[in-house]
Amino acid sequence: MASVDRELKDTIPTFGKGGDPAQTVDISNWSGLASELSLVKTGAEWAAILLVAVLIIGGGELLLRLYEVPTYIMPTPSQIVGALIKDFPAIAPHVGHTLVELLTGFAIGATIGFVLAAIITQFPFAEKIIAPYVLLLVTTPMLALVPLLILKLGFGYAPRIIAVALASGPMVMINSATGFRRVDLAKIALARSFGASTLQIFLKIRIPMAMPMVIVGLMVGSIFGLLTAVGAEMVGGSFGLGNRLTYYSSLIQMPQFFACILILAMIGISIYVLFYWLGKRWAGWEA
Amino acid sequence: MADRAVKLVIDQASKYYETRTGRVHALDRFSMEVASGEFVCVIGPSGCGKSTLLWSMAGLHGLSGGRILVDGRPVDGPNAQIAMVFQEANLLPWRDLQRNIELPFEIRRQPPDRARIDGLLERVGLSGFGAKYPRELSGGMQQRASIVRALSVNPSILLMDEPFGALDAFTREEMNLLIEEIWLETKKTIVFITHSIPEAVFLADRIFVMSARPGRLTRVFDIDLPRPRDVEVTTRPHFVELVAEIKRSIEHKPAARAA
Repeated sequence: MASVDRELKDTIPTFGKGGDPAQTVDISNWSGLASELSLVKTGAEWAAILLVAVLIIGGGELLLRLYEVPTYIMPTPSQIVGALIKDFPAIAPHVGHTLVELLTGFAIGATIGFVLAAIITQFPFAEKIIAPYVLLLVTTPMLALVPLLILKLGFGYAPRIIAVALASGPMVMINSATGFRRVDLAKIALARSFGASTLQIFLKIRIPMAMPMVIVGLMVGSIFGLLTAVGAEMVGGSFGLGNRLTYYSSLIQMPQFFACILILAMIGISIYVLFYWLGKRWAGWEA
Repeated sequence: MADRAVKLVIDQASKYYETRTGRVHALDRFSMEVASGEFVCVIGPSGCGKSTLLWSMAGLHGLSGGRILVDGRPVDGPNAQIAMVFQEANLLPWRDLQRNIELPFEIRRQPPDRARIDGLLERVGLSGFGAKYPRELSGGMQQRASIVRALSVNPSILLMDEPFGALDAFTREEMNLLIEEIWLETKKTIVFITHSIPEAVFLADRIFVMSARPGRLTRVFDIDLPRPRDVEVTTRPHFVELVAEIKRSIEHKPAARAA
């Protein structure tokens, strides 16, 4: 009975939407990012989208040629695509390096962030103690640590993976924690009334309830991870897309430079679409 | 009621809460006995400890004093004999109806009793809605699903915590008829909390009236309206008199305190 009381915090049961901590807007609420990615449906919409794209890209091409803008200032879209195709074999390994850093660092950071969020939200006192440090990790650009990490660990994967984990982990944690704090006492009581254990309540009520915010955290965390991976590569070392950016710009090979940026943009968009899709699947009930 | 076995005993139940602003006395030496198969309503003003009482019966809360017995055994935690129906249906929005209803079986690691669930769904008019998500259903349908969920595990006691409070008047009337029919068919022991006096009079064999906090038992009314009751009952003079009498018994309290 004592454990029952602790679980329910023994407050007077209240229901409804009032006082739901998840409703309060705080720094960790990035849900705006997860909103509408409208799915294209009709042929007319497709046509309009294509038309605008052609206008922008074609217009850019035209203007750059018309005013004879030098390639070292701004290459034309056709030059960029040409460089992407021609130099892709040279760039491809670097894409692989960046993805390895991103995926490894994100997997480590996200796992730690999720688990920590799940644990600390069960102990409000512990949460209060570590909250300032998490905030510090979230707000400090982890890029700033990269020179130090390189000093200690050399120019390999290690400092970059650590930087990615440090950048993405706190993002995942702070958003997941917001999700785990959305305690609906009535739903926990429901499970408890059928005899659910604390673990069952965690698995069947708390985790699904937190899922929408966890996915927002994963999305924001992975995009921060990408930024940090590229930034860390620009700081030092000899491989990765960030390194290629500094390399090509130092040689004033701007078409190749922009080809790398195009690849980074595509990685970023893929991340967004992936988590949008995951959100639809696992957290669509909230939309 | 004397001819029926006592199912549920609440003996001098008291409950205090420690809150940041001090000690709240929610329930004060509340006692009642409910016979097996009886339909009992508990009414009282908001915050009178009705929900506290119900949650204690369900084993979700400990008491500060007194005890609760089910079939003579003290309640010291959730009990398979007892199922609860909550305010606002309380379905899990990430599960479809079928998986919501199977939740109790999942928790108890039992295979779901499909025949029973399908029968209940049919009984409440929700056949074929198993794949729907709660947000796709009206409030009344959600609450019917939550009644199916509670009955699916075949409890002997059904605790209902203002289940129809959030529904519109017509749906509420419909639900009252449905719950009476189900009760007549299954003969479950039902403890039903409401703050609607007409609802209580329509449903109950006996009505327990509670005072404002701390919740004390002030009066018990026997409702001798014949069963089955239909919507017609609510227009009969005897029904109206009962409602008025109960209303007076509640309203007298604050007046007496003010005097």
